[in-house]
Amino acid sequence: MTLTIDRIYKQFGRYPALTGVSLEAKDGEFLTLLGPSGSGKTTLLRVLAGLETPDHGCVFLDGVDFLALSARERRIGLVFQQYALFRHMTVAKNIAFGLDVRPRHQRPAHATIKARVDELLSLTQIEGLGGRYPAQLSGGQRQRVAVARALAVEPRLLLLDEPFGALDTKVRKELRGELRRIHDTTGVTTILVTHDQDEAMALADRVVLMNQGRIEQIGTPAELDAAPASPFVFEFLGGCNRLPCEVGGGVARFEGFAAPLVESIPTKDGYGVALFRPADTRLDLGANAAGLPVRIVDIRGRGALRTIECQTLGGLRLTAELTEQAAAAFEAGQRAKLTARRAVIDAQDAARPDASATVEKLASTTSNAVRR
Amino acid sequence: MTASTRALRRATGFGPVLIALALFWLALIIGAPLATVVAEAWSKGSEAFFNIFKQPDALAAIRLTIIVAAIAVPLNAAFGLAAGWSIAKFEFRGKALLLALIDLPLSISPVISGLVWVLVFGARGWFGPILDVAGVKIIFALPGIVLGTILVTVSLIAREIIPLMAEQGSDEELAATTLGAGGWTVFRRVTLPNVRWALLHGVLLCNARAMGEFGAVSVLSGHIRGLTETLPLHVEALYNDYDFVGAFAAASLLAGLAVVTLIAKSALERVGAPRSTT
Repeated sequence: MTLTIDRIYKQFGRYPALTGVSLEAKDGEFLTLLGPSGSGKTTLLRVLAGLETPDHGCVFLDGVDFLALSARERRIGLVFQQYALFRHMTVAKNIAFGLDVRPRHQRPAHATIKARVDELLSLTQIEGLGGRYPAQLSGGQRQRVAVARALAVEPRLLLLDEPFGALDTKVRKELRGELRRIHDTTGVTTILVTHDQDEAMALADRVVLMNQGRIEQIGTPAELDAAPASPFVFEFLGGCNRLPCEVGGGVARFEGFAAPLVESIPTKDGYGVALFRPADTRLDLGANAAGLPVRIVDIRGRGALRTIECQTLGGLRLTAELTEQAAAAFEAGQRAKLTARRAVIDAQDAARPDASATVEKLASTTSNAVRR
Repeated sequence: MTASTRALRRATGFGPVLIALALFWLALIIGAPLATVVAEAWSKGSEAFFNIFKQPDALAAIRLTIIVAAIAVPLNAAFGLAAGWSIAKFEFRGKALLLALIDLPLSISPVISGLVWVLVFGARGWFGPILDVAGVKIIFALPGIVLGTILVTVSLIAREIIPLMAEQGSDEELAATTLGAGGWTVFRRVTLPNVRWALLHGVLLCNARAMGEFGAVSVLSGHIRGLTETLPLHVEALYNDYDFVGAFAAASLLAGLAVVTLIAKSALERVGAPRSTT
């Protein structure tokens, strides 16, 4: 089932939710739609589910015009964040619903439906819960039922809208693995909406990163990581430090700080704000080491990773993420030199900006990033 | 008793006093009159009590009361479901107005609810002359009584259903639709079962109110014995005739209907409670 989405536009009142979105999902592919809230990812999913009609554009599934079909006729499986299980039906009845409501001449025999329900109960590893009601299940179990119910009709597309959003971290990670396994077993083309970049990167064959109703980039998790198409992509996939820099010859420089720029994003020489990830940040205690002089303010974290908060002489806060062993060499109060393995330039200006304006701008963009 | 209520009780020390006060007040305000009604009805013995049910006028009143409720309650149930469905599951202009209108009948006096129909369909009302020519009788006849009863009780079922439907949202309906269910199937297998206890609750309330309605019906009935008198009107007529045993017997029958309704309601709540949560 190859899904083709061609230049979809959708506007809510004055607010453009989707502005010309095109993408293609191969048969059996697992796509994640990733983006901040308001990026249009859920709207796109609802268009595919038939719950929203686009203003312009086409959707084809194996050459068939999908938009001409009603939600009822599309034979898709839809999984909601809040499960949306039928609360007055048992788990087994929930799963059987899509088969039970078929017109009599298409409805499978009772025994067939029961066998299918049992098969799905075991696929989603909730054998023995068939007689329970949704209110008697945990959140993780409910979502398993929702997935089983969606799969019962052998959907042409499995659509999931933030399916793990209401679950705690442990269950979420567990279900993530389960979902991927279920996808690999059934081979159903799957599209999952999430705002959690870890989730998107861990699950997907390809990630569709959306922003403000547009697709910023489509690619495998490795491609997105190695070759981000825009500063937005780079920043969204890992919280970023921000530092005003001089740009020249593919390197961002600022008072000893020097970081090679990611080549996938074209950058002009001049001035701009360098974005670099805490994980790409390096610290060196050597007095003659190259780098931006900083003072270590705080070291936090447990397990394998440590987060080291640093402050520049100008008062800017920067964060480095080091392994436990690497971080052992540092302690709060020390002076160190800070550099980064790679960086991306955002908010580029050709001319050197006024220093105070830069700090203000930096503060405002940083707070935006936090709010996001 | 949970630990927190125990703690609260210990903290205030008023618990037993307040409970006693509430019980005393209820006994005074509800128990005593109810006991009087029953005692008066049986004061001349069982024969006098059952005598009331041999009078054709009384039987006609009982029959009319049941007919009126049998017409008004299903209509209000249908309206309540439609209103609940549209208000809870859809966005449309005038939604706030519809909500306010639903509450209106509860805030106006039943006498007014009766009177408006007289103004519309009465001899000097808007449609009076036309109806007169056509030979259709609405006021001082069954249709008028039914209209008055419907107007008084129209909100009761809708008000039970709307908050529940609004809280449940429409995700389940969307899920059912994407699973291939048509509109009627979605309603019958998802929407209706989800509100069935609220609906039953509303139907029972509406039924009790419809059978007991006095003010609106009094304006619209014309008090023709054996023809347009419902049970509450019949109670008044008997009382005015100094037939106290008859009046109280009829009244205790009405009260009995109400008690049966309440018992049915709490029984249903007990059965329905475990599953209707969440």
